[in-house]
Amino acid sequence: MLRYLLGRIAATIPVVVLISLLVFLLIHAAPGDPADLLLSDEASASDIAEARHRWGLDQPIYVQYLRFLANILSGDLGMSFKYADPVISLIGERLPATVELAIASMLIALLAGIPLGVWAGAKPNSWADNLGSTVGFFGISMPSFWLGIMLILIVSGHFNWLPSSGRNTYGVAQGADSGFYILKSLLSGNIKAAWDGIKYIIMPAIALGTGMMGLVMRVTRSSVLEIMSEDYVRTARAKGLGENTVLWRHVLPNALVPVITVVGLELGTLLSGSIIVETVFAWPGSGSLLISAIQSRDYPLITGTVLTYTVAFVVINFAIDILYALVDPRIRFGK
Amino acid sequence: MENSATLAAQVAGEPHSAQNRRLRAVIRPWLTPKVIAGGAIVLILVVVGLLAPVIAPYDPNAQNLTQALRPPVWFSGAHALGTDAVGRDILSRLFYGARVSLVIAVMVVIISGVLGLVLGAISGYFAGKVDFLIQKLVEVVWAFPPLLLAIAIMAFLGQGLENLILALVSQRWIAYCRVSRGQALSLRTREFVDAARSLGARHTRIILRHIMPNLFPAAVVIGTFSMASAIIAEASLSFLGLGVPPEIPTWGSMLADGRTYISTSWWLALFPGLCIFFTVLGINLLGDGLRDILDPRLKRSGSGIG
Repeated sequence: MLRYLLGRIAATIPVVVLISLLVFLLIHAAPGDPADLLLSDEASASDIAEARHRWGLDQPIYVQYLRFLANILSGDLGMSFKYADPVISLIGERLPATVELAIASMLIALLAGIPLGVWAGAKPNSWADNLGSTVGFFGISMPSFWLGIMLILIVSGHFNWLPSSGRNTYGVAQGADSGFYILKSLLSGNIKAAWDGIKYIIMPAIALGTGMMGLVMRVTRSSVLEIMSEDYVRTARAKGLGENTVLWRHVLPNALVPVITVVGLELGTLLSGSIIVETVFAWPGSGSLLISAIQSRDYPLITGTVLTYTVAFVVINFAIDILYALVDPRIRFGK
Repeated sequence: MENSATLAAQVAGEPHSAQNRRLRAVIRPWLTPKVIAGGAIVLILVVVGLLAPVIAPYDPNAQNLTQALRPPVWFSGAHALGTDAVGRDILSRLFYGARVSLVIAVMVVIISGVLGLVLGAISGYFAGKVDFLIQKLVEVVWAFPPLLLAIAIMAFLGQGLENLILALVSQRWIAYCRVSRGQALSLRTREFVDAARSLGARHTRIILRHIMPNLFPAAVVIGTFSMASAIIAEASLSFLGLGVPPEIPTWGSMLADGRTYISTSWWLALFPGLCIFFTVLGINLLGDGLRDILDPRLKRSGSGIG
């Protein structure tokens, strides 16, 4: 296992380095001099010349890249123009909100998608299957941001049931409005604040989770269909188990393996989907931070957020690979 | 009278009906409900997109502030689906938006398809070092969360059609590349490739004439799904203000306007969203139907996204 782990780490490092190279090239492909981009509009010509020297823009491009890489590796992502704070701390502040939203969306996707999929797969071509498949199809075809806007229109606008933007009501949070807000409130026993947070997260989580729900439903359905014809399912039936026991005890656990794979693969979609959904709901996460950075041309912040998201995605994929290897010894030894 | 009619039909119709039968036998397997429903939606979209200048009641960019934010009046009034904040006709903008969405998605699918197929075929056919380099590229580009690379490209390079297409192609070629590489890896050892080689065919010829044609069926299936995802991605970028320049009407940018006026003018957000949804639904249906027919082995993957 250690050997496999080391091998995977060794394979991941060059990818991360190449990612930084790609982002570096992208910054340099931007129209105009990076000094113009990286300084605010008010900078004078001498400021720019000074900055060019300070940032080493007068040096060969490979030297520039190595400096860029060295800065990233030491955790220095530069300073934001707009907020005049280190980029890394800005992202650190907003990241928990994004993670919380992603977890809530995933819960919705799994809690709705798996039962629908089992229900549809257990009785292929029944009305349940048709309904489930239609829901699944609608789910994968629904643009998350439009679903979000429609939820705001109907649930907030028309019925006024749920709040349409932000993370919590002013005053209820009592200062603790950053970090893992719902989790923190629950742990500290502040049920009122937690419920307030849940009210705010429901709609963005539905908007973001529906696409994944459709996918989970479709994968669960086809996986259940396949497992239903396995020998051990016939054995379970033959020994007189009820249909429900067979389905939930023998079919579902085995049918979940491909579902877990898909969830792992789709985490990236969830991550980037959150950028748009956060914008719709003014959710104070790192995704809306990225969009506001783009709007105010805050290039260090854009670079930092893009790098953070990508590295996070690489780390998640790495963790999933390791999990697979733990669960399935064939992966560790095979090739 | 009746007799002569049947006779005439028999005389005239006989060769035709044989031809019809053959034609029907070819078409029949393609006419699954999914393909028909999806195809119909896509066909409507293409017709609307092509005929936009003819059927649109107004210039999509004509502003009329005295008519701003008019609600839909369906079949009676001047603006069937209402107007936006500067009095532009929603219906006309939707028609032109169909055009923009389709043109961009088709271009993106073709460019990424060609790029992915060629790189995949080269990668699989030559194997070894070339394969290693191309697969490293795939690995790095794929390491970015979907859409994030596109957002980054638009953020750094700025708005514009070329940049938008580059952004949308940036990750979309990979699906083709992976699948065609896998197929090319197994095709390269097949007898017909050996035969071509022993006849003195060059690598280029073998790849173009013997490898590529075998890669097309899977590419068609990937292409349909990737068209659906390209339309969503284009709408997402336009929604974020990172798409084509603002003077071009797109469904995504119309939705962004709709979000601004959500509390007063529901029609601004409803209609463009419905257009995106039905378009993507139609293409996904078509893709699902085509996959069932062309490549039943892919059926299990169940993915409509990506």
